[in-house]
Amino acid sequence: MSTASQTGAATPQRRLRQNRSKRVLPGFGLSLGISLLFISLILLLPLTGLVMEVSAMSFNEFWFVVTDPRVVASYKVTVLAALAASAFNGAFGLLLAWVLVRYEFPGKRLIDAMVDLPFALPTAVAGITLATLFAANGWYGQWLSKVGIEIAFTPVGIVVAMAFTSLPFVVRTVQPVLEELAPEDEEAAVSLGASDGHVFRRVIFPALWPALLTGVALSFTRSLGEFGAVIFIAGNMPYVSEVTSLMIFIRLQEFDYAAASAIASVVLLVSLVMLFAITLWQARHLKRIEGR
Amino acid sequence: MHSNPSPQHRRVGDSPVIKWLLIGIAIAITVGLLIIPLLVIFLEALGAGWGTLADNLLDQYTLHAIGLTLFVAALTVPLNLAFGTALAWLVTRFRFPGRKLLITLIDIPFAVSPVVAGLLYLLLYGRNGWVGSWLADQDMQLMFSWPGIVMVTVFVTCPFVARELIPLMQQQGSEEEEAGVVLGASGLRVFRTITLPNIKWALVYGVVLTNARAVGEFGAVSVVSGNIRGQTNTLPLHVELLYQDYNIVGAFASASLLAGIAVLTLVAKGLVEWRQARALNRLQTEETA
Repeated sequence: MSTASQTGAATPQRRLRQNRSKRVLPGFGLSLGISLLFISLILLLPLTGLVMEVSAMSFNEFWFVVTDPRVVASYKVTVLAALAASAFNGAFGLLLAWVLVRYEFPGKRLIDAMVDLPFALPTAVAGITLATLFAANGWYGQWLSKVGIEIAFTPVGIVVAMAFTSLPFVVRTVQPVLEELAPEDEEAAVSLGASDGHVFRRVIFPALWPALLTGVALSFTRSLGEFGAVIFIAGNMPYVSEVTSLMIFIRLQEFDYAAASAIASVVLLVSLVMLFAITLWQARHLKRIEGR
Repeated sequence: MHSNPSPQHRRVGDSPVIKWLLIGIAIAITVGLLIIPLLVIFLEALGAGWGTLADNLLDQYTLHAIGLTLFVAALTVPLNLAFGTALAWLVTRFRFPGRKLLITLIDIPFAVSPVVAGLLYLLLYGRNGWVGSWLADQDMQLMFSWPGIVMVTVFVTCPFVARELIPLMQQQGSEEEEAGVVLGASGLRVFRTITLPNIKWALVYGVVLTNARAVGEFGAVSVVSGNIRGQTNTLPLHVELLYQDYNIVGAFASASLLAGIAVLTLVAKGLVEWRQARALNRLQTEETA
């Protein structure tokens, strides 16, 4: 394999180091072989099945399936709920990260540990638990129903499930940036008499927002695909509270593989675009920080 | 950190009112959204007493689901451990064209909806897929049986080990390993005596995360399993079946096992971070000494 494209941009020093590493350390062939085999078999080969299934459809068939009103309603529900959930997590994730980095108080370590619970807890377990809590006779639902708020089996329930499963993203992307934030500018601004709100907007937030946006985007992407936690609490009413993942699942249960594939190709395209956008965004943002 | 900052070192949010307001909200979110739901799982499982919980867990279908779930995890974890370690070694120890693309590609399972992941496998290896139809001619069926469950579980969990290792191995650099090789040690020996001690805690945590997700995967497994009670029903699918049968206490009994694994995962994370911080401190004191 040639190394022209990478070494072309590298500094001489770095090139020296790479060349040395390449000469000295063993295992390039072996690790490359294992990685490529695995990525091809596990990640890339399965994509061919979808491509073949979709390319066997005519454009009109494809369009008919992906613009079916019930499916379009599911796009709306999914995107709106994911937006609401990631906005919630943007606000409260930032707050949690701030509190965990800036303050000392009893129970702080417990909170820090609990933040990862949504990643550790199987989504189906989260789903039945939230559905039970928010049902009309549940711990939360009975109080909420007294003031006329219904959450379980409505689109709001979908937001709750998505916000729960993607809660850790914002906290864990913002936390390290807050920890690294140098105190000098902030202390200078405060000692010069600027208000807390002003310093936060002018000094802290500009350093924070790229990480915050990354966290929100990760939370949004995860929410778009969420299935296990959502289906138990959503009620799954056609046109009202069906998410797109569920639409794919329903088409599969009807043995309509072509329709399932068409909808899945839309979802897959959106998630891949999100993934690459987040990766590029992080790379650009890191370069800017290192370049300073 | 000072509890009583001097005026020159006052920072944003130091005023007691704001501080305790924010801490109060953080505690309220954690208790309401995380701690109470976790407690509710165990309380619901015990809703009809310990005897019923034991009966629910010793039910033959539950026992079979537990066995299948452990079996799937036992196959998935070593595979992804080997892959994750090889990939992390490759992208942190060598520079080559396409390296960044590889790092992005392994994040695909995190971005893709589990249902779509399951569908991809079903289309390829199912009866109508181009691999599946050939396999069917050989009288082999992967989908709607345990090999399909293992395959999608490997897919959804394959980033975890690599994701834990890559930042750490990048940060540690390869000087020590290069020195070892120059001094004549074999590659395997260098990996065992230099690399492994440096990355072991990240490796442990990667395995813990892989295991947690392998045990708990629902969407992808649900597509390829066929949900046959006593045959292809994993523990999360069993939770769903019981819940839909209105056997709420039974569903939470199985769910409490999964929640127990989640709690152990959080404890393992705490331990690993504590060990890593201690190792880092020791390293720093050695350097200053």
